[in-house]
Amino acid sequence: MNFLGTIGRTTLLFMEATGRLAMFTFMALSHCLRPPFYLRLIGRQMVDIGYYSLPVVGLTAVFTGMVLALQSYSGFARFNAESAIATVVVLSITRELGPVLAGLMVAGRIGAAMAAELGTMRVTEQVDALTTLSTNPYKYLVVPRLIAGTTMLPILVLVADIIGVFGGYLVSVYRLDFNPATYVRNTWQYLEFMDVVSGLVKAAVFGFVIALMGCYHGYHSKGGAQGVGAATTNAVVSASILILVLNYLLTGIFFS
Amino acid sequence: MSAVNGTNGAGGTPKISLRGVRKAFGPKVVLDGIDLDVARGESVVIIGGSGTGKSVLLKCILGILQPDQGTIRIDGEDTTHVTGREREAVMRKFGMLFQGAALFDSLPVWENVAFGLIQGQGVGRREAKERAIATLGAVGLTPEVADLFPSELSGGMQKRVGLARAICTRPEVIFFDEPTTGLDPIMSDVINDLIVKCVQDLGATALSITHDMASARKISNRIAMLHKGKLVWVGPTSEIDNSGNAFVDQFIHGRAEGPIQMQIRAF
Repeated sequence: MNFLGTIGRTTLLFMEATGRLAMFTFMALSHCLRPPFYLRLIGRQMVDIGYYSLPVVGLTAVFTGMVLALQSYSGFARFNAESAIATVVVLSITRELGPVLAGLMVAGRIGAAMAAELGTMRVTEQVDALTTLSTNPYKYLVVPRLIAGTTMLPILVLVADIIGVFGGYLVSVYRLDFNPATYVRNTWQYLEFMDVVSGLVKAAVFGFVIALMGCYHGYHSKGGAQGVGAATTNAVVSASILILVLNYLLTGIFFS
Repeated sequence: MSAVNGTNGAGGTPKISLRGVRKAFGPKVVLDGIDLDVARGESVVIIGGSGTGKSVLLKCILGILQPDQGTIRIDGEDTTHVTGREREAVMRKFGMLFQGAALFDSLPVWENVAFGLIQGQGVGRREAKERAIATLGAVGLTPEVADLFPSELSGGMQKRVGLARAICTRPEVIFFDEPTTGLDPIMSDVINDLIVKCVQDLGATALSITHDMASARKISNRIAMLHKGKLVWVGPTSEIDNSGNAFVDQFIHGRAEGPIQMQIRAF
């Protein structure tokens, strides 16, 4: 009986958490559409998420592109298919690795920061203080982060795409002695508009998920320093897992 | 029940009126039928040990928590279940000083003080800053403090800034959540004096919770004692020493022995 009880309790807890997250998402989205809009805060979040993540995302992208070129060379050279390397690099980066790796890096950088900031505001009663100053915490804290996350991540991924392809170009031309012009031509030849767009749509979804998880766990954190620590961990872990799961689902939708 | 009803400025509708307010968290009943009227311009202090539900009561009136039963009226209007824009309109009548000051640490002091003006009332930033600096002056802080960040201030200074933030919008009702907790006796007295002065200057109604009896005696017209979710005594501050109530006597003399047993769990 105890075994059944555990299953029941876990199921109930899961349903409760799902319901609370759904309510939170609904509240946040409905406030996205209603004034007042805090443009100054949205701008600040955009700079935080977009501009300050550029070094991390850029570094991730350039090394990913370089490794891709090296790895695909060692494979493709076995059956004289070196000319496909440029295509493999550009398709892998734009369709998969750009959005997923940028998403994971930003989840670690931004999701954690959001959860820690909102969590600390919650446990030091700053969230309650907002309410007493006639300011809706959803509008003031959550909405700017959601908007900035959803709009900035596609831009970051576009930059990551370009830097990643450039990384592949660097290795291919300077290490593997490819002809630069041929490499660039091969890069463009099989690239389709949809490859890039699907990656950017994924990025927008991931950006939304990162901000949502950061805000949700921060907003509902309790119990002082330990609670804020747990909120930060939960935000990063749940955002990362959701990114991987959603990546599979979105790929299924786009290329079925 | 004469003890429940306000004595000062009586005749009109009470500023705050609680009837049968009940709140439970799971099986734990925190507020068990609270009746209390606070008259316009009156200062009421709710005393009680840690974990007796003082903060929960305050949060119910502020609308941060929803009571399970009972009604809360502000100026005669039932605000128990008001949300959204109507709640924001009610909130404009309120100012609140939090226990840990709860200043926004990402904003400089003046923006903290002017927050209600800029966000709540749409005052321009330049005018809001001038009014914030004037309010800082009223709580004894110089204009240089305006551009510091809350983390650069001592606990007492943070409390002063929190007080300035609470009164900057000239609210009709001010709530004080343990205003002197964590301060040395001298700074406590400074804050008490400021509270009395600010409330009088604004003609505001004040509702405070504290377990600091020196503070309670100084800032209140009436005192209510909360124990196990009920108000066990309500009366004028001058009568607190002759209440004839065993709970009150134990509390104001700080005795370990008596009818009050310490709560172990917080909510």
